Amino acid sequence: MLLTKKHLFSLCILLACVTGLALSASAAEKLKVGFVYISPVGDAGWTYQHNQGRLALEKNLGDRIETKYIEKVPEGPEAERVIRNLAKSGYDLIFTTSFGYMNPTLKVAKMFPKKYFEHCTGYKTAKNVGTYMCRYYQGRYLAGIIAGKMTKSNTLGYVAAFPIPEVIRGINAYTLGARSVNPKIQVKVIWVNSWFDPGKEREAAEAMIAQGADVITHHTDSTAPVLTAEEKGVYAIAYHSDMTKYGPRAQLTAVTHNYGKFYTKVAQSVLDHTWKPEAVWSGIKEGSIKLAPINPVVPADVVALVKKTEKGIADGSFKPFHGPIKNQAGKLVVAAGKSLTDKDLLAMNYYVEGVQGSIPK
Amino acid sequence: MDFDIFIKILIAAVAAGTPFVYAALGELITEKSGVLNLGVEGMMLVGAITGFIAMSKTGSLLLAVASGMTAGALMAAIFAVLTLTLMANQVASGLALTIFGIGLSAFLGLNYTSIALPGIAELHIPLLGDIPVLGKLFFSYDILVYGSLMLFILVSWFLYKTRAGLILRGIGEAPKSAHALGYNVIRIRYLAVLFGGAMAGLGGVYLSVAYTPVWVEGMVAGRGWVSLALVVFATWRPIRVLFGAYLFGAITIAQFHVQGLGIDIPSQLLSMLPYLATILVLVIISRDLTAIRLNSPASLGITYHPDNL
Repeated sequence: MLLTKKHLFSLCILLACVTGLALSASAAEKLKVGFVYISPVGDAGWTYQHNQGRLALEKNLGDRIETKYIEKVPEGPEAERVIRNLAKSGYDLIFTTSFGYMNPTLKVAKMFPKKYFEHCTGYKTAKNVGTYMCRYYQGRYLAGIIAGKMTKSNTLGYVAAFPIPEVIRGINAYTLGARSVNPKIQVKVIWVNSWFDPGKEREAAEAMIAQGADVITHHTDSTAPVLTAEEKGVYAIAYHSDMTKYGPRAQLTAVTHNYGKFYTKVAQSVLDHTWKPEAVWSGIKEGSIKLAPINPVVPADVVALVKKTEKGIADGSFKPFHGPIKNQAGKLVVAAGKSLTDKDLLAMNYYVEGVQGSIPK
Repeated sequence: MDFDIFIKILIAAVAAGTPFVYAALGELITEKSGVLNLGVEGMMLVGAITGFIAMSKTGSLLLAVASGMTAGALMAAIFAVLTLTLMANQVASGLALTIFGIGLSAFLGLNYTSIALPGIAELHIPLLGDIPVLGKLFFSYDILVYGSLMLFILVSWFLYKTRAGLILRGIGEAPKSAHALGYNVIRIRYLAVLFGGAMAGLGGVYLSVAYTPVWVEGMVAGRGWVSLALVVFATWRPIRVLFGAYLFGAITIAQFHVQGLGIDIPSQLLSMLPYLATILVLVIISRDLTAIRLNSPASLGITYHPDNL
């Protein structure tokens, strides 16, 4: 059949209509963003902060997105099922927020090559899987400065969950921060071998207080260490969330995690079709790590020092893991003038000088 | 380790052991009547959240204790209806009760995760409390700790010094004979199960109102299971339950002190020490086979059917 001019014209109109329709349809369609949480959202802690990030994302992108979260998803096969269901039911961007979701996320990502996945604290990326976590240790260093200045007994207590590099990095950064202002500092560490057990966290905090620690911090998920500090009349540095209401007198500050900016950026890049799989490790500079308002009992010169250091970390002129750093045995592990690379940081498996005890193997 | 820290460990151990004392003594009574209720963890959780809600709404410890006990007893009532009236399997029903309690407590606690309670003050007993060392060791706890000691005295007295206690034990040994003697086996077992539930609930209240005065999902964290184990390893003897509970508490606290002092023992090993040591010690002190046979309720866990004579 020969195409006449008239035919061509009507064909063009038809095409225009179809594409127009398709375009308007895609404009109206929202990006559906799914979140998978390890624990209930609750009122403070790891998952709470992720959920705050989700809420910030909703606020920032408004009606262009739609979010949903599934909480209390155990790591392992159950996680795979949940992630797959989200992908199947039209969620295009899925954040999985616990280390143990790494392999399930990668598996599901393979089945859904057109969807985007972001996994928190993992180390494996793929074509459609990015990873992200925060430089929590930067906040720890700053908190250490405050603790080092506020302690009377020169003994700090640290309730820790599991001996993985993430937690050890926090202990070391805290110790370095404290010793940068007070070289006499000793840090006691008690491993409770659980991310979440308020009873044990309390007992650990109490034990260290009895042994003379007068500033307590924690890398566990409940508010029990801060509550215990409040009750026993010592200071506390909260982690994950601001826990002022659990320890209005005790809390000196809190190292808080903030994912809102990152979640917004990622969702925006998916909307703009510019998303790339990346391993993002953001910190104070990007606004992912912030200190909660510092307790008024902390003297102004200490606050000024913290602010100065914070600025230094943000503009890159100061690095918490900057030599000379000695390990527990007094051996130089980072020479003067050098600082640890990200690779070294991620594999950290020793205590720095000033931490008591040894890392459980 | 200096003496002062040693005393502090002992004091902390009593507090850490108290939830076990409540829950395990309650379960002891239940089991002595021949009923095995594995739902202790669930009953403790529901008791914990109910007591917490009452405490945060009214600020009254009495109401918190009353509502926690009632909630625990209500949970136990579900179990009792299932196993005693409907003759369901006790093991399966108990496990179901725990799972139900975990979910129910999480649901009830939805709006209470953001509240911190002031906790309850330690009693200060004039004169006695001022004695150096001993005063601190014996007279520096909150009222719920003393309550658990009262419970221990009551339970021991009831079981071995009263006629009602004798009947309860008789029903646990030979329900058919007790029935033949004219005792209402099902009714007495109901009461025993309800008492067990109320005490588990009270153990939960102690955790959420006094020990860590905050509600968090799953905060009982396995203490219900430890209580169950304590009853068995203590061969159903109240004094050994009490001893086991404090021993467990003491080792839990001591292992944290060992870590805090920087003594080089793997923390994973230390974490399992309370379980290991408590089982070991209780097994050794209760190794007399005849005594075990005498103390363990012969009809434990067996469904009793009154018409089935």
